[in-house]
Amino acid sequence: MTVADSDLWPQLFNFQNYGELLVLLQNSIIAGAILGLVGGLIGVFVMSRDMAFAVHGISELSFAGASAGLLFGVGVVEGSLIGSLVAAALIGLLGTRARDRNSIIAVLMPFGLGLGILCLALYPGRTANKFGLLTGQIVAVDNPRLGSLIAISIVVIVGLAVVWRPLMFASVDADVAAARGVPTRFLSLYFMVLLGLAVAVSVQIVGSLLVLSILVTPAAAALRLSSSPVLVPLFSTVFAVVSLVGGILLALGGSVPISPYVTTISFLIYVVCRVVQAVRKRHGNTGRTAGRALPQS
Amino acid sequence: MLALRAAALRFGDRTLWSGLDLDVRSGEFIAVIGANGSGKTSLLKVILGQQRLSSGSATFLGAPLRRGNRRIGYIPQQKLADDGTPLRARDLVGLGLSGHRFGIPLPSTLRRRRVDALLASVGAEDYANAPISSLSGGEQQRLRVGQALAGDPRLLLCDEPLLSLDLNYQRAVSELIDAQRRQRDLGVLFVTHDINPVLNMVDRVLYLANGAFRIGTPDEVLQSHVLSELYGSAVDVFRSRGRVIVSGTPEEAHAHLHEARGGRDSLGEKGGFGGSNKRVPS
Repeated sequence: MTVADSDLWPQLFNFQNYGELLVLLQNSIIAGAILGLVGGLIGVFVMSRDMAFAVHGISELSFAGASAGLLFGVGVVEGSLIGSLVAAALIGLLGTRARDRNSIIAVLMPFGLGLGILCLALYPGRTANKFGLLTGQIVAVDNPRLGSLIAISIVVIVGLAVVWRPLMFASVDADVAAARGVPTRFLSLYFMVLLGLAVAVSVQIVGSLLVLSILVTPAAAALRLSSSPVLVPLFSTVFAVVSLVGGILLALGGSVPISPYVTTISFLIYVVCRVVQAVRKRHGNTGRTAGRALPQS
Repeated sequence: MLALRAAALRFGDRTLWSGLDLDVRSGEFIAVIGANGSGKTSLLKVILGQQRLSSGSATFLGAPLRRGNRRIGYIPQQKLADDGTPLRARDLVGLGLSGHRFGIPLPSTLRRRRVDALLASVGAEDYANAPISSLSGGEQQRLRVGQALAGDPRLLLCDEPLLSLDLNYQRAVSELIDAQRRQRDLGVLFVTHDINPVLNMVDRVLYLANGAFRIGTPDEVLQSHVLSELYGSAVDVFRSRGRVIVSGTPEEAHAHLHEARGGRDSLGEKGGFGGSNKRVPS
């Protein structure tokens, strides 16, 4: 133990001058809430399209883009946007089959991380900025940055709402959707672009290594509780917003990045949902009216 | 209502079938059987407008085939839905009603009633609100029938809908399709590798093999000399207790392998007919 117990707690939780901090960081809190909305909604499709690994791959390229943006002075937001969109497009175009997709992601991911580390190593600025891209930071989100986060988030949310039904159809049931005339190929690319945007905004707050905790964990937790196409996105969004805003509020006073708080809350929600599901199963609550449990074939 | 004239489908120098004249009439049940890679699934793709004929013509209800025709219902192979599927039984059926529509879905009583009616018509009321990942393969296939009926189709295309179901469910699902066919006067094209579950329902059989085909009643087509001629090698057809056993076909060995692996095989790739079909673009 290098940290004495008496020093650890105030580093983790410190609520002195909380009111002032709250005002100071209200932009971060707003950003967290919006990001929760984005992550909760798109997470449902990440799960039903089985793309959790893709999220991770895109976020590493987003990190590469952000660090290049930092090094060349283009801007972190712009860089991470470009990085995610390039990754999303590559994965979308080359990986139509699950197996191809996984190998493409596995090839892209270390390359992206390596590029990112190279750019950071060459960057002469403060190390805190560098570390923050990977693991998140309490960024004092300034107004223009908040504006760009909100704008991108609105694009993602509206973009999802417009194609919600056909995208869900294509995600869970591609063959029948195609037979029905749903443009499945177009939708899969369209979805990758939205996913790229969502990852780029998430990287800003939680860092590229922890994006999964916002884009996957809340939806995975929601699916433990329900299979309703209305309740799953609702729960998922609530979980994501609670994790993010709760994480930021807890992290305000401490000197630790926000990401451990966010990931811990989102993980705990997932654990609780699993327990609830297990208890329900034991009580035979399966949604069948007659309660005839037929054997799985 | 469905009419193919001198239809041919080729991939590169390989001819799947050619000179195919096929008429499917209302209320007619036609089984499509044949070797792996003989173009059964590709035939369905042509009818769904996803694949162009290499030559010949095809019309449905008097108009050329097009993608996404609502009057054609499609029932795929059974696939095991996993835990990541945010759908209950009623939602799967509901996708058949409005899953192709863009825009934000609004709750509607009319829609709800139509879904209830469809669930009732396929006998799935008991598990209407159960997650589809909790349903057995046979239950999922019942829902598939309901989903396909949602568009009020005139023609049902079934692509191995009984694959990987146990015998009881094979009977239940094929009887359900047959009953709906009679009730709604639907044409049915039923792709299957095993004719027996549907033998007593079938009006005609389309048998594809070696780039050629035979069409006629089961008694006309399922004969040793007919199939031997089609395959160009000695094939025996036995009849035993109302079952038909075709023996000596070149792909027999493959067929057993394929059955043993069951439907999982097809999860990743549409059609999933093993090695011989790999070159066919999907």
